[in-house]
Amino acid sequence: MTNMIDIYSILPVMIVAGWAVLLLVVDLWIPRDRKGITALLTALGLAVALGFVLASSGSTILGFNQMVVLDGFASFLQVLFLVSGLATVALAYDYVQRMNINYGEFYVLMMFSIAGMMLMSQAYNLLMVFLALELLSIPIYVLAGFARTRLESEEAALKYFLLGAFASGFVLYGTALIFSATGRLDFVGIVATVNAGSASPVLFLIGAALLLVGFGFKVAAVPFQMWTPDVYQGAPTPITAFMSVAVKAAGFAALLRVFLVLFPSLSEHLTPILWVMAALTMIVGNVVALAQNNIKRMLAYSAIAHAGYILMAFVAYGNGEVVRNTVAATLFYLVAYGLTSLGAWGLVVVIEREYGRGIQLDDLSGIGKKYPWLGVAMLIFMLSFTGIPLTMGFWGKFYLFRTAVEAGFVGLAVIGLLTSVASAYYYLRVVVYMFMKPGEPKFEINPWVSFVIGVAALAVLLLSLMPWTILELASRAVLLLQ
Amino acid sequence: MEVGINPLVLMTFFPLVGVLVLVFLAPQQKKAMRWTALVTSLVTFAVSLWVLFLFDPNKADNLLVQIPWFRLAGVPIQILMGVDGLSILMVLLTTFLTPIAILSTWKAVEEQVKGFMIFFLLLEVGMLGVFLALDLVLFYIFWEFTLIPMYFLIGVWGGKNRIYAALKFFLFTMAGSMLMLLAILYLGLQAGSFSQPELIANRGLFAGAQMLLFLAFAIAFAIKVPIFPLHTWLPDAHVEAPTAGSVILAGVLLKMGAYGFLRFNLALFPQASVQAAPVIAVLAIIGILYGAAVAFAQKDIKKLVAYSSVAHLGFVMLGIFALNVEGLSGAILQMLNHGVSTGALFLLVGMIYERRHTREMSEYGGLWKAMPIYGGIFLVVMLSSVGLPGLNGFVGEFTILVGAFGSKVLGSPWFAGIATLGVILAAAYLLKLFEKTFLGPITKEENKTLKDLNLREIITMAPLLALIFWLGIYPQPFFNLINPAVERLVELVQSAALVLH
Repeated sequence: MTNMIDIYSILPVMIVAGWAVLLLVVDLWIPRDRKGITALLTALGLAVALGFVLASSGSTILGFNQMVVLDGFASFLQVLFLVSGLATVALAYDYVQRMNINYGEFYVLMMFSIAGMMLMSQAYNLLMVFLALELLSIPIYVLAGFARTRLESEEAALKYFLLGAFASGFVLYGTALIFSATGRLDFVGIVATVNAGSASPVLFLIGAALLLVGFGFKVAAVPFQMWTPDVYQGAPTPITAFMSVAVKAAGFAALLRVFLVLFPSLSEHLTPILWVMAALTMIVGNVVALAQNNIKRMLAYSAIAHAGYILMAFVAYGNGEVVRNTVAATLFYLVAYGLTSLGAWGLVVVIEREYGRGIQLDDLSGIGKKYPWLGVAMLIFMLSFTGIPLTMGFWGKFYLFRTAVEAGFVGLAVIGLLTSVASAYYYLRVVVYMFMKPGEPKFEINPWVSFVIGVAALAVLLLSLMPWTILELASRAVLLLQ
Repeated sequence: MEVGINPLVLMTFFPLVGVLVLVFLAPQQKKAMRWTALVTSLVTFAVSLWVLFLFDPNKADNLLVQIPWFRLAGVPIQILMGVDGLSILMVLLTTFLTPIAILSTWKAVEEQVKGFMIFFLLLEVGMLGVFLALDLVLFYIFWEFTLIPMYFLIGVWGGKNRIYAALKFFLFTMAGSMLMLLAILYLGLQAGSFSQPELIANRGLFAGAQMLLFLAFAIAFAIKVPIFPLHTWLPDAHVEAPTAGSVILAGVLLKMGAYGFLRFNLALFPQASVQAAPVIAVLAIIGILYGAAVAFAQKDIKKLVAYSSVAHLGFVMLGIFALNVEGLSGAILQMLNHGVSTGALFLLVGMIYERRHTREMSEYGGLWKAMPIYGGIFLVVMLSSVGLPGLNGFVGEFTILVGAFGSKVLGSPWFAGIATLGVILAAAYLLKLFEKTFLGPITKEENKTLKDLNLREIITMAPLLALIFWLGIYPQPFFNLINPAVERLVELVQSAALVLH
């Protein structure tokens, strides 16, 4: 019977991975001009997995000899991954045809990556963490370069792959050091060894720091953010949307799970480092974004900045009294940020006609007049990014700042608030161009893309009136974390 | 629960009905849009009169609405709204000025009428919410929310430099409110509640940090008022805003800052208020003199009126930080007065601008002969702004000066003494304005054929004129509304001051 429970604990991951393998074969019989069928089948697979995640949420299981865990935290994030996967399929459907990159592998690779992310949220053993990290990353390297023969895309893929390989190296090396410090790889064993006081403290600390580097790369925290703007700009836009939401969330999933379970004892050493990282990430992301005229790059820097806000609440990860709020605030913010980001990148998908020709702010001129609903949706996203009330972004930031203040990091909160003011400048520039500059934009808006944008905008707005819906789920996820 | 019929909720959110109707109107139905907005705002005004009818000045929590919203990390965030003597006049001012401002746009706004009216009604919701919210988070939400419609009103329908002005307005206010947000978060953590009455009851829990908290709130409100030296956004915003936007900006939005001091700074941090009072009073006096001096130097009529706001709001701040009954009630009345008089001035400037498309004083002269009705109305409004006895401005300024003169907290009659200079300076720049534009012979050919005010414009101005005389001749009913609340507040502050000494 144990076997059944083991399988039950990772059933949704198996569904996604298995479906992807099958789809790879099925896709061979789908003609090139009918790849919409692949997209549909992908969406179906993700939806089925979503159903299983929702059905199994609420249970807590340690499976496969404590290699994986199923808990509220994992379920919450898996929903996020799957939903952003579905949104990405909708954004990509028309885009890949327009850009003439409509190959079936596109969707299959995405499914593999989602399987990796889902596994990451469940990993309870450092080897599983590494395995999940590779499973989620390698398909993304390929996807970033999916528009191959176009230089920007190839550059993005190469950059992401090289730096990503480094990051994986850091994670693996960190894992090795922790193994040599404690003699264990499973979380339960490591915690037991550390509690017994028989772990080598120096190696353990260095191992933790190396893991921080690796995960910092995935969430695009300063100083490991260098790749972000180029990769976000060069990758196919739906993949960029996917990276900015799901990959980032997966990075935070790893960060939270590993650090909260394994390293609370090191918080004395790591908290100052995290403090500086959070501050730098907020400052660099927001300040450099001020100077961008290319929307993809602007959103890329803004994505860095938002990682900084989340890190701000994460700094207190070792503080037992605050940590529940850290997790809840992070999860809540990932949802708020994810919805906003998917919508905003959706608009980029609408505007982008020609691959690689960056979209400048000028291209937005006149949208507010010609396409008022599109303009209003983008306005909502920009306000949500800024953290203006009546958007999810406001409550997200509210909770993050509250957590930082609760943990006593008022200085960090002040930095966060001031950089938010700076961010208002570049987010509002988008609004200025859309509503206050004359222009004659002309788009063909695919219904699926407008569906994503519309749902995202409505969710950002309506959920801000009833934030408790997400809030309750996020805070329940906390209880089952350890 | 009779949530649906609570007049406060109905009043605050009624403009949304108009927004909903507007959304479904076709772009060419401009007339229907204007009427929809006007009728909506008039109904809102009617509801606010009903609120006034139900209002009992002696009660601290009139028509209290208390609906739990949700809990964030254990601390409840509520929809907590109520009206008392501090806010009732501001609420009425908002609902009174909004239809007038909408009426003033009948001919002035031809482009994107739908968007304009939607933002205008949204702005009204935000402003009413600010004056009624008693939960700090709810207050903050409304406070920040007012930024968005005003940003668009300036940025889309404004003058030449509108984008710069709109952005400056947004960023200045947001910078201030971020510090306030931090203070709100801190209060919520320390006291486990965001409700203003509860926080007042548990002041001891955050007394240690009260000076810093006071400052965080004060900076947010000072930017809005604006207090010298944080006023630089104001002239830009006013000059670039469309007329109706200026009316609401000067009439109501600035009052939100002064009201914030009354509602939150004084009540939550009375000791810090007493300690900070002399400093703020000095800044207020600098504002009075500086605003007047700069106004005197202006060649653009609208800029002149904008700087006069800096001076007038200086009086309001002086009255508030006299921290006695006369000062506070004078300040509240002066807030109303300034809303009426300056609102009227901006409307008048807008009317002449619609005819001549310039606001340079040198372009006018001798207008009295061409437009006698306009001139007469302008004279009354201008004199009310100067503070002529018998008109509204006098009552407010006089009460404030009496308060400042006898203020124990300020402890010196010099504050009132120097501020009195401001009254004289106001007479100087406003009379200069009147002389240059209306008196003497008509110097420019274009001005000879100017049409006098039409019926719609007279209807727009009439209620303002009526109020100017009413407030000037018989202000007692207004004081009766304010005084009980002011007395309670002063008592609270003074008992805190006793602890201090």
